[in-house]
Order: sequence, then structure tokens, then C-alpha cells
Amino acid sequence: MQKILIVGAASAIAEAAARQWAGRGAALFLVARNAAKLEAIAADLKVRGAAAVSTHVMDATDTAAHAAMLDAALAALGGLDVALIAHGTLPDQKACEASVELTLREIDNNGLSVIALATRLANLLEAQGRGTIAVIGSVAGDRGRQSNYVYGAAKGLVARFFEGLRNRLAKAGVQVLTVKPGFVDTPMTAAFPKGALWAQPEQVARGIVAAIDRRKDEVYLPGFWRLIMLVIRHIPERIFKRLSL
Amino acid sequence: MSAAQASAWGNLGWPPAAEIRRVDTRDADLPAVAGTLLPYGNGRSYGDSCLNPGGTLLATRGLDRFIAFDADTGVLACEAGVLLAEILDLVVPRGWFLPVTPGTRYVTVAGAIANDVHGKNHHAGGAFGAHVRSFELLRSDGSRRRCSPAENADWFAATVGGLGLTGLVTQAELQLKRIAGNAIAVRNVRFSGLDEFFALNAEAEREHEYAVAWIDCLAKTPRGVLMGGDHADADLPAPRGGRNVPLTPPLSLINHASLAAFNAAYYGKPWPAAQTVHYRPYFYPLDAVGHWNRIYGPRGFYQYQSVVPPAAARAATGEMLAAIAGSGQGSFLAVLKNFGARSSSGLLSFPMAGTTLALDFPNHGAATLDLFARLDAIVRAAGGRLYPAKDARMPAAMFRAGYPRLAEFTSYVDPKFSSGFWRRVMENN
Ligand SMILES: Cc1cc2nc3c(=O)[nH]c(=O)nc-3n(C[C@H](O)[C@H](O)[C@H](O)COP(=O)(O)OP(=O)(O)OC[C@H]3O[C@@H](n4cnc5c(N)ncnc54)[C@H](O)[C@@H]3O)c2cc1C
Repeated sequence: MQKILIVGAASAIAEAAARQWAGRGAALFLVARNAAKLEAIAADLKVRGAAAVSTHVMDATDTAAHAAMLDAALAALGGLDVALIAHGTLPDQKACEASVELTLREIDNNGLSVIALATRLANLLEAQGRGTIAVIGSVAGDRGRQSNYVYGAAKGLVARFFEGLRNRLAKAGVQVLTVKPGFVDTPMTAAFPKGALWAQPEQVARGIVAAIDRRKDEVYLPGFWRLIMLVIRHIPERIFKRLSL
Repeated sequence: MSAAQASAWGNLGWPPAAEIRRVDTRDADLPAVAGTLLPYGNGRSYGDSCLNPGGTLLATRGLDRFIAFDADTGVLACEAGVLLAEILDLVVPRGWFLPVTPGTRYVTVAGAIANDVHGKNHHAGGAFGAHVRSFELLRSDGSRRRCSPAENADWFAATVGGLGLTGLVTQAELQLKRIAGNAIAVRNVRFSGLDEFFALNAEAEREHEYAVAWIDCLAKTPRGVLMGGDHADADLPAPRGGRNVPLTPPLSLINHASLAAFNAAYYGKPWPAAQTVHYRPYFYPLDAVGHWNRIYGPRGFYQYQSVVPPAAARAATGEMLAAIAGSGQGSFLAVLKNFGARSSSGLLSFPMAGTTLALDFPNHGAATLDLFARLDAIVRAAGGRLYPAKDARMPAAMFRAGYPRLAEFTSYVDPKFSSGFWRRVMENN
């Protein structure tokens, strides 16, 4: 039985991943801000076959609360095999440009709070000599673009940080996975018109669960984004800066 | 979800909703919008009863959480947007089944409530609403009511079969049915002529929990195959699905020649007298091909489903089939079955004792509508009615004639709710 911690458990992708794990009989510890939503998700996962589900209300940007949350998770699960960090927000880029405060808050939501969590988790898993830390990054972290570089910068920070962690924890036998989804049809992106590149949360969740099973380091989801981002990363800056992306 | 993604199954080209709002949590309030609202499940209704052109659709597929399942009693509580397929995947391995299921498993729980859907066991189990223990109804005034046959029974009766017009169903509790395995024991009998169908069907209803017939309505004498079924104490591997019609071809692939050839081949294929199959091909033969509705091309198609009372059933069904064969606009395998005497739970429920006939017709414009007008006359004269879930064109008078409790129903309609269907049958003449 896998013992799994999910931070940002109310996000559509995390919820879909949790359902897959529940179907396999995993024990789950769910962390999110909204207590009512968390309870609804926990009940669902129990019906779907989870061995046990515990919930914990926490705002991930409250880094002072992380240690107590991890203690509670370890106590409830009786150990830890997988930690999935899935919380995040989609900033309004234009509003960020007009507000330093908002920009920093978004960097905190999507970047600093993730690093704070990952730091504690890394120490824990390194000491036990096994386990997985997975984070939901984004293709947006691969290159800064005018339309969402605040989000992209935070996701880029996370990607580089995880690269370093992976390098450090490889010796300890700990898997460090960076997930880079493209466009996903979730409540977070409800306002966007959807085209052929959009994926469903279930599809991305299946990719995450499989990547953890196969002990991958980094995964683009769906897979075609690896190619798209290969091209985008290789456009020379002198051309890239003139594109409206 | 973009506007293009909220379509009805018949692809008849209805004007889009002004806006689609997703409902993702059951405790959320209804959105404050200027125009009208209509819940949208999984769009498996054929016509405009699940559409709200120019208004707002409340897309409910995000309400897809289970709430509780008691594997000892078979009571399942879940959110309104859970698909019947998702329920089956969960409960069949634990020895339970849906008490009533329509011919596709890709419908939501609330969609099944709103149309009080029927299955192949109406003679034995009634319609879907008969197995709904309770649900929560959220109205635009912000009120939430728990409705059951005992509590707020009037709201229960208005909302079962209430076409999504009485408010948003947020969650429901269903009573499931025990099964010993995932298989169905099927008995197939060919028949030729309606007299033979009625005789065989009466026998099948006595002997089997499920009974339904496919008929070849293009043949001079209607002929077909009656399929009686019962849950069997056996487990079979699930058939691998996965065929899909990836896009709408520029022209309908359904024409007289292809229909006649298909129907004749289907009737003529070797039918084993008895076989045991996985439940999916028995209940959901069409689900094996994703988006099969696209083969009707860009103009889409209609379904015409009627029910006529027992006294008139033999004569009216014969007249309808003769009118269809005479028009040359055949249908791809028509479905014929009887509804039993068990009365429906809802004020506007479609099922009533009698014989129901359901046929798909490619949209050939006026020629198709003329045929429907002839069929309407037969159904009305027989004291029957049409199924709103399948309808895209019935005249207002036909609707009123078929649903005697309509006036009673209208007092339960939420003032903020409306649908394309509702405006069509209530506001025009
Ligand atoms: C291949 C096929 C076979 C079929 N076979 C049968 C059959 O054998 N028997 C039968 O009875 N029907 C049958 N149907 C019709 C289908 O069962 C109904 O149209 C069903 O109601 C569709 O459910 P849906 O979730 O797709 O809802 P939609 O079609 O999206 O909506 C149906 C109605 O439900 C309302 N609704 C949806 N969600 C809510 C909610 N949360 N609260 C309140 N109202 C809501 C909508 O407003 C609308 O009025 C078949 C359809 C297909 C495509």
C-alpha cells in the first residue's frame, strides 16, 4: 500500500491523480485551503477504494505551517512513499505588471512555497533513503513569454530547484520528478478558449502516476509538448523577443 | 468548456448558448447571470431539451464525486454529474448494478433523473426515478431542498422527468440492485410481423428481466430480433472498446441503400438462440463506437420516440411502420419494446404503459418533417406521446396533448430556468 501526501489536493490534476491512487488502495493525506472541498474529495476517494484518507487544511504559502503539516501526514500515513506538490495559481499577467505586490505574491504561490515544502521533504526522504517527491511545474517554465512570464518565472525557479534536488538525492535513492503539463482544461483555465492542444486532467494524471511508477526524472504531459518546447527553447532570443507569444 | 463543446446528440445545428459556466462543487451558489439558466449533463439528449440557445448552460460534469457507497445495502450517494459508466465501473466488481439503465452509459445521474430514463426492464423495474431515494435541488432563490418520495414529495415528482427546469440537482442517492456477476444471459428470437412480436414479447416479459427488440423497419413485413436478458452468475472479461468516429464526414453516410443493406444483414446474421455476454454489449451496443452520431454528417439526425397505450399499440405501431416504410426514409435498426404498468414518478415522465418505438432518421429537411407529422397524427389518435429527450421538433399541441399534468408541472419551473425545448413547446402557438 502506497502512502501518499498531496499538497494542493483540490486542484483538478491532483484530484484526478488521487482517484487513480485510491483505485489501487493507497493511503492518502490531502492538503488544501478549502475544508468543504477537501471533505468532498476525501469522501469520494474512500468510495473509490482508498485504504485511508486524511485531510489537513493549510495555505501552502504559510511556510511556518509546513513542519506541523508534515508531522501530521507522517503520523496519519505511518510513513511516506510519495509526495506530490500540486498547488498553484494562474496569475493575471497584466495585473502583475501593474503591481509589484501581486507579482511577488504569485512568485510566492507558485515558486517559493514549493521550494519551502520541497526542502523539508527532501531532508525527510533523504534520511529514509527512499521515496518520491513530484512537483507539478509547467511548460511555461521553459521560456519566459510576454503573456505569462510571472507564472513562467516561478515555474522555472521550481524546475531548476528540482534539477538540483534530483542531483543531490540520486545517491539517496529518492526519485525527484518534475511534471510539465501543457494546456489543461481545468477550473483554473475555464476562461480560455480550448483548442486541439488542450488535455483533460485525467490524461495528465495518468501520466503523473505512470511517471512515478517508472521512476522518471522529468515528464512533459501530454508527451508532444516535449517536441513543442524543444522548438520553442531553441528559437534564438533575437528572434524570440519580437514574437508575440 | 467552450460553447462548441456543449452540443446535443443529434447535431442538428442549434444556436449556441451565450455562456457556459462550469459547476465544480456541490455547495457552490448558482451564478448570477442576466438571462436564463439550464443544467447540462453529458449532452446525450438528441434535441434542444439539454440546450439553452442564447442563455447560460450550467455544465455539471465537474460534479463527479462519489459521496458514499454501502456495499451491503447497495445505496450509493454521488454528485449530479457522475456518469452511469463511472458508477458501473465502481459497483459491478462489488456485486451491484444500476436498477435501470438507458441504452448508453455516458449519461449523468441528474440527466437520468431529469428525463426519468427507462431501460430494457421497464416491465419489471419501472423507470429510473423509481430507484432514486433522494436528491438535493438548488433553486435560483438560493434555497436547497432534499427531495424524496416522502420529503418534499411534490418537488420530487416535478423534478423527476422535469427536464432540468425545476432547478439544479446537486447530488442524489440511488438504490442499486444486487447481481452475481457481470454477465447477461441472452435469448435471441427472430420474429416476422408484429403479431409474432407481441406474442413473443409477452412471453419474454414473463420470463426475463430485460426484453427489447431490434426491428428492420425497411422490410415489407416488419421483422426483427427479440432479445430477452437476465443477469447471470458469471464474470466475463470486458470487451475492448475503442473504435471512434474521429470527425464528421462532409456527407451523411446513411442513405436508403446503406440502411437497407445494414438492416437486412443484421436481421440475417446468425443469432445464437442463447448466449452469455458481458453486460456492456447487451445494454450499450452503440457505445462501442465513440461519436457514432457523426456518421449522419453535418446536417445531423433526428430520433423519433413514441409510446402508445396497450389498447392501441398493435394497430398504431403497424400504421407507423407502414408510414415509415412507405416514405422510403428508413431508420437504422428501430427499437421496439413495451413499458409495463408501473406508473412513473414524475409529472412529466415519458414512460407509461404501452408500446414504445424509437427510430433514428437522417435529417432530410422537409421530407423528414412531413413524415414526422404523419407519425404524430397516428400517435395522437392512439392517445400516445413523444419523448422530449429525443425530440427536436414536436409541435406545442402535440406536447400538451401527451402530457396531461403539464399545467401542474409549470408551477414548479424555476423562474430563472429555461431551455430551447421549453421555449419551443410553450411559447409557440
Ligand atoms: C445512444 C443513446 C441511447 C439512449 N437510450 C436511451 C434509453 O434507452 N432510454 C432513455 O430513457 N433514454 C435514452 N437515451 C437518452 C438519454 O438517456 C437521456 O437524454 C439522458 O437524459 C441524457 O443525460 P445527459 O447526462 O447526457 O444529460 P443532457 O442530455 O445533457 O441533459 C438532459 C436533461 O437533464 C437536465 N440536467 C442535466 N443535469 C442536471 C442537473 N444537475 N440538475 C437538473 N437537471 C439536469 C438537462 O437540463 C436536460 O433537461 C439515449 C441516448 C443516446 C445518445
